[in-house]
Amino acid sequence: MKFGVVVFPGSNCDRDMQDALQNDLKQNVTMLWHKDKDLSTFTTEDCIVLPGGFSYGDYLRCGAIARFSPMMQSVIEFANAGGKVLGVCNGFQILCESQLLPGVLLRNANQQFICKNVYIKGVGSDKALSIPIAHGEGRYHADADTLASLEKNNQIIYRYCDAQGNITPAANPNGATKNIAGICNEGRNVFGMMPHPERACSDTLGNTDGRLIFKALVMNGIAQAKLASLV
Amino acid sequence: MTYTVQVKVMPLKELLDPQGKAVMGGLSNLGLETIKDVRIGKHITLQVDAADEASAKEQAATAAKKLLANPVMEYFEISVSE
Repeated sequence: MKFGVVVFPGSNCDRDMQDALQNDLKQNVTMLWHKDKDLSTFTTEDCIVLPGGFSYGDYLRCGAIARFSPMMQSVIEFANAGGKVLGVCNGFQILCESQLLPGVLLRNANQQFICKNVYIKGVGSDKALSIPIAHGEGRYHADADTLASLEKNNQIIYRYCDAQGNITPAANPNGATKNIAGICNEGRNVFGMMPHPERACSDTLGNTDGRLIFKALVMNGIAQAKLASLV
Repeated sequence: MTYTVQVKVMPLKELLDPQGKAVMGGLSNLGLETIKDVRIGKHITLQVDAADEASAKEQAATAAKKLLANPVMEYFEISVSE
């Protein structure tokens, strides 16, 4: 499988993503410009990544304008055809604005931009992973019906927790509903998360928990994330 | 004919508005204790070429539904002037 990382004006984690996938995880990566729309070299076995940053300056709403870029039209088609799509931070916001994922990311409850290491826990796993967050709008929100269907279909993949893996209000950095840090779609081929696994893939940076996330979600497939996160 | 269309976009009433909350704190510090709540949204002005007011409003509503507002977190109101 190979990866395509979309570069929007204002993306600032695109190179981190490329570096982590290429050098830490030894994957084949192509950078994709937002004004292009050719995804013909990608098959549904491949993965398109929407990186973090501030696409279009976060104007109007985070991710709202990126959703209408030429490349996103192709990414939406790719996702609807069953292709894998991963959105991190601003990428998660873009996926919600594109309605590839339900819900929305609101301004953090404490009114602050939060940049720190937090713990998150994968569905079906007891292991708390240490992953950095860096966002001002990361408070996941969806209406009650949507939340119920996310729970029912096991679509809430990561929740904020403490170092021991307890999901508590105190471990919730941004006020996200039900401590939600990452979700997938019903088809389990589109995944979005606020924390940055690409910043936690290298021994040099002192944290490789992010590798487990890439392996669990993307390389083994989101459908098998439950099993893989037990490793 | 060009119409000026005003689009008001506000956070849904049931949602926490941290920006409004922060400004509320500032107003309390000013001693303006009669102000009980603040909610902050956006005011967007569009210049729309249209045959009549209804059509100008309709085009603005399309813009609001597709891009200017996100119904998961916001509602919008539209008013038209010439």
